[in-house]
Amino acid sequence: MEDRILLAHGSGGRLAHELVETTFVKALANPLLAKLDDAATFDLGGKLAFTTDSYVVSPLFFPGGDIGKLAVCGTVNDLAMTGAKPLYLSLSFIIEEGLSRRDLARVVDSIRRVAGEAGVEIVTGDTKVVNRGSADGLFINTAGIGIIAEGVSISGSNARPGDRVILSGTIGDHGIAVLSQREGLSFATRLESDCAPLGKLVAGMLAVSRNIHCLRDPTRGGLATTLNELAAQSKVGIRIEEDRVPVREEVLAAGEMLGLDPLYIANEGKLVAIVPPEDAGGILEAVRANKYGKEAAIIGEVTAEHPGRVVMKTSLGTSRIVDMLVGDPLPRIC
Amino acid sequence: MCLAIPVLIKSIEDSEAEVEIGGIARRISLELTPEARVGDYAIVHTGYAINILDQEEARETLRLFEEIAAAAKEES
Amino acid sequence: MRFITEFRRPELARGLLSQIQSQSRTKARFMEFCGGHTVTIFRYGIRQALPRTLEMVSGPGCPVCVTASADLDKAIALSRVPGVIITTFGDMLRVPGSRSSLEKAKAEGADVRMVYSTIDALRIASDNPDRSVVFLGIGFETTAPTVAASVLRARERGIKNYYVLSLHKLCPPAIRAILDSGEVRLDGLICPGHVSTVIGAHPWESVAHDYHIPGVISGFEPLDILQAVSMLVAQVERGEARVEIAYRRGVRPEGNPEALRVMERVFETGPARWRGLGEIAESGLKIRGDYQEFDAERAFNIVPEPAREPEGCLCGEILRGVKMPLDCSLFGTTCTPEHPVGPCMVSSEGSCAAYYLYGGSLGG
Repeated sequence: MEDRILLAHGSGGRLAHELVETTFVKALANPLLAKLDDAATFDLGGKLAFTTDSYVVSPLFFPGGDIGKLAVCGTVNDLAMTGAKPLYLSLSFIIEEGLSRRDLARVVDSIRRVAGEAGVEIVTGDTKVVNRGSADGLFINTAGIGIIAEGVSISGSNARPGDRVILSGTIGDHGIAVLSQREGLSFATRLESDCAPLGKLVAGMLAVSRNIHCLRDPTRGGLATTLNELAAQSKVGIRIEEDRVPVREEVLAAGEMLGLDPLYIANEGKLVAIVPPEDAGGILEAVRANKYGKEAAIIGEVTAEHPGRVVMKTSLGTSRIVDMLVGDPLPRIC
Repeated sequence: MCLAIPVLIKSIEDSEAEVEIGGIARRISLELTPEARVGDYAIVHTGYAINILDQEEARETLRLFEEIAAAAKEES
Repeated sequence: MRFITEFRRPELARGLLSQIQSQSRTKARFMEFCGGHTVTIFRYGIRQALPRTLEMVSGPGCPVCVTASADLDKAIALSRVPGVIITTFGDMLRVPGSRSSLEKAKAEGADVRMVYSTIDALRIASDNPDRSVVFLGIGFETTAPTVAASVLRARERGIKNYYVLSLHKLCPPAIRAILDSGEVRLDGLICPGHVSTVIGAHPWESVAHDYHIPGVISGFEPLDILQAVSMLVAQVERGEARVEIAYRRGVRPEGNPEALRVMERVFETGPARWRGLGEIAESGLKIRGDYQEFDAERAFNIVPEPAREPEGCLCGEILRGVKMPLDCSLFGTTCTPEHPVGPCMVSSEGSCAAYYLYGGSLGG
């Protein structure tokens, strides 16, 4: 068995079949996948949620995760943000010729573990191999299907004045953890990506109350961008307090060193929930009861004033507008 | 301009130091601050210490701020 | 975080604001020169908290913002030379030159790498002996000594493939140019903190004396800015024009002699082109003849395309404090942080970007 992926592994022939059987099917074992039909078929009743995302992160392995874990969590979480129970995922690999089989196996093992934790099955997939230099080692696409229970209607446009804004935990962990590995910027830290599947956390919240207005995971662009999106969609204002937003000291320190604001840094295992005030306490408890929500907090509320804008009371006691991020936050010297 | 932050010097080897702030650690250069000692706080800009923070002055400044705050409170 | 968090305590901010409120009678306009100060002011909503008698204006202390298109074009041209690796601080990646940017050049295949420090650039040079590693030297007197140190280190270690394209600039000449132009009436200067860490208080003393305007050297935390404003107000009310160091934990009156020595060993002053201010004599740093083998200007035959500044862009006037971002017809329409036309929008501490991100005035 070769220890690097070759172009031939993507060509559909014997080598390709062998790769799929030994590396993918064996690890991700489930009856639907084992059939290896052109499409997985199954019965599902009810309202469905369907999403897709592609993952191109570099480096492939970073503290707290890897591209595989990200590929499962990202799609599982998108489903969970609609209130859906995530069920099935498709998994497509675009592999750069020359990727080591060991790295590929590591990624697949990661996928296996987190899919298991999230309670989802990988039921169909695809593999392509491209020329050296055409992909950063590995690109992954996942699409996911989930089912939404009756009476659950979550949307970015549902926020109402008086609602409370809940954040499920510390911000900035993922972005800084990935940055700490980057050539030219590296620094030593125990910080890990917060990459995590949130399907069960959301289920726990829905068990307390179906009346959740909005759910969103603050990935690229960070918390600030997500809050702005919600404010705009719902045509409401949002007020938050800087002191209430949980941030790890290492994230603050890295932010100070590199000139980055944690409000704009990516997260991969957090959510923002906008909920009616009377349900806020119970829902917050449900979030905190889940291992990925231990540091959850109510960080602010929705207001009828300044619709579309997010305003923050700073730790100094003054107020400022928190706008959306445009572009990537780059470390700066000035 | 001139993003520079105070970091604690944990160890020194030749003209480089291992420093720490808020739980993150890095190697930096002490070429511009040859007087640096372990235990000092260096003000670091782009990987170089550009000064050693004067801790006594820092305390003095905070004391001054506290006096001002107390005086302001009395007045109101 | 020690020596950072303490300088953000809200109850101390309230005290300083109280002091400013009770002292400030005369209308006064202060310029904070340094981009880092601009960011703090915006991030902590300080403008909105100051009394109506005081107006804050941002100056051109953002080395990214004042880099001329022509100079950026040089860097972009260099990035296209076969075998060259451009190493740069993140700040410069998106700044628009006449037609392109380093980020765009990178997308087109140029080897452009972001670094945090010249130490990283040196490492890239020694790891890639068959390539030419050019470091894009931007920044004021805070950064110049660190770049000079890297040149000395390169020589010491016999690194032959490391070059610096020096676009470094000096602050006091720029402040003088603004004050000379008489375009903005200024009643006080918040002097750059970390530049002063290197150059000390003396260069500002002659500015204060020559233009009869008070200057306070400030740190970068919100309490530092408030303290500096309070000290400026006190001087304005007393009709004084002295230089004071508020940032005493970070600045010695004589500056950092070692940093100055290193800087002067490698660099010499010469004219420099400032976006928005034009050419200013003795305001730029060039590599001395003794170290010419590290000078990218001499080592490479750089042929950039003819320079042009973007039409309608008011960066020049905004940098001089004559206009505000909202005065620019491109602001928020053609020119946004995602698609910046001028450098004031690219740099997160440029006036326009700060304005865009942190918003204009708020009720409070």
